[in-house]
Amino acid sequence: MNARRVGALVLRQGYLLKSSPVRVLPIFAWVLIDIVLWGYITKYLHTISSPGFSLVTAFLGAILLWDLFTRVMHGLASAFFEDVWSRNFLNYFSSPLTIIEYLSGLILTSMATSSLALVAMLLVASALFGLSFMAYGFMAIPFLLILVLFGVALGILGCGVVLRYGPAAEWLIWPLPALLSPFVGVFYPVSTLPMWMQMVAAFLPASYVFEALRTIVAGGTAQASQLAIGVLLAVMYVLLAVWCFSRIYRTALRLGLVPRYSAESTG
Amino acid sequence: MPVTEISNYHSVLEVRHLRKAYSKVVAVDGVSFAVRRGEIVGLLGPNGAGKTTTISMVLGVLEPTAGTVTIDGIDISAARSAALARTNFAASYAPLPGNLTVYQNLKVFGMLYDVPGLATRIEELLQEFDLKKFEHTRAGVLSSGEQSRLSLAKAMLNLPTLLLLDEPTASLDPSVAQDLRLRIRRFAIQGHCGVLWTSHNMFEVEQVCDRVLMLSHGRILLEGNPTTLPMEHGKKNLEELFIALAREPLSLSGATP
Repeated sequence: MNARRVGALVLRQGYLLKSSPVRVLPIFAWVLIDIVLWGYITKYLHTISSPGFSLVTAFLGAILLWDLFTRVMHGLASAFFEDVWSRNFLNYFSSPLTIIEYLSGLILTSMATSSLALVAMLLVASALFGLSFMAYGFMAIPFLLILVLFGVALGILGCGVVLRYGPAAEWLIWPLPALLSPFVGVFYPVSTLPMWMQMVAAFLPASYVFEALRTIVAGGTAQASQLAIGVLLAVMYVLLAVWCFSRIYRTALRLGLVPRYSAESTG
Repeated sequence: MPVTEISNYHSVLEVRHLRKAYSKVVAVDGVSFAVRRGEIVGLLGPNGAGKTTTISMVLGVLEPTAGTVTIDGIDISAARSAALARTNFAASYAPLPGNLTVYQNLKVFGMLYDVPGLATRIEELLQEFDLKKFEHTRAGVLSSGEQSRLSLAKAMLNLPTLLLLDEPTASLDPSVAQDLRLRIRRFAIQGHCGVLWTSHNMFEVEQVCDRVLMLSHGRILLEGNPTTLPMEHGKKNLEELFIALAREPLSLSGATP
């Protein structure tokens, strides 16, 4: 892997962000709106609920982590869509750039923008609602690791779908995190769900994060083995997503989809 | 000159028995040719003849159904990245991202092609293609001629041994087109690279190409010197020969190499 080529992709996205506030705004806007909205909802619920249970750490923490996952996925897809919108695939894929380098560039771009979003969310959640990540202790590390990896996997898979089915498939991509949210139990224990949904949840790495989070908030100790399953699943999904994208890319080469992206309008 | 007579020693591009079929439609049907160092080869043919399909396969963005593409001795199917590092291309249908400036585009693509001494190379190209005054202008707001100059500057960033140009002067006025032709010709001679050039402008082809390959229905029907080939087939000029190829390919197919 050539680090300079990966750097070129990140630099390209950096140039776009630098020159366009319209691109910078979505990195912060939606996640901060969520934090503020849920912060006040949580604050209100706290006044009417029984004392002793920290709704801020449970609900607002969960929202923050879920928004980070969504931001990672959307950050990766946004970087990919810049190439769709500017009809740039032919220029990129006729260069020495490899698929692994291309995906690495997208992932690094997403990590950079998501880190900014995370810092902004932590600052606002801490300043306005007193949320402290310290409440999760060292478990915050596997929480973040699992959600970032799962976001990367979902983002790569989404990009593959668009590469295969064209820009019209864009509308399928953005709601993917929302489709998963009922299964992973962001706001409620997975045991609340019917059995078939619980079975789906068992295969989603994010479920292990929110289960562990609630255990910690309730004063218990999160099981490291459960989080290890989450990490393993997330790593497996990243590898699977890269494999899928590579297969889709091979299909795109066979069907002539890459030149078609440039030769035809992106409608 | 038939492909078999070309000395492969100096070839920067060797295409052998290249074929691309989509279900029952055959876009390119067993094409073989070579491009030598310092040579400009015109790939001509009517719309749908298979020119862009051939170029796409050479660029590695379209997988052949059969056949091989070798760039500077490297088989693209075996070592794609290494082969593509030795080539570059410009096409009217593949503009550079319009939301990056001229400089940013050259910087990003220079890094993608791992160009050594990139800052110096970009400065040389900005001067060479009269782009210095547009250095910080977004590519999307440049005129067609300026965008074509930028595409060519990008195509020459890595001093490629094989330059692929798919209708590089399409939609340009004659003055700008003439200017670009001279620049490309000079680069081919100075840079010792081979150029594969498609165009529908027969005057242009006669002016710049050392050799032409005439495609019809995915096959090379004629091959030779653009100034002598028409007479060899009883035509006044290349344009007349092209029209005959487009309308009555069978009347010329007897000359298939």
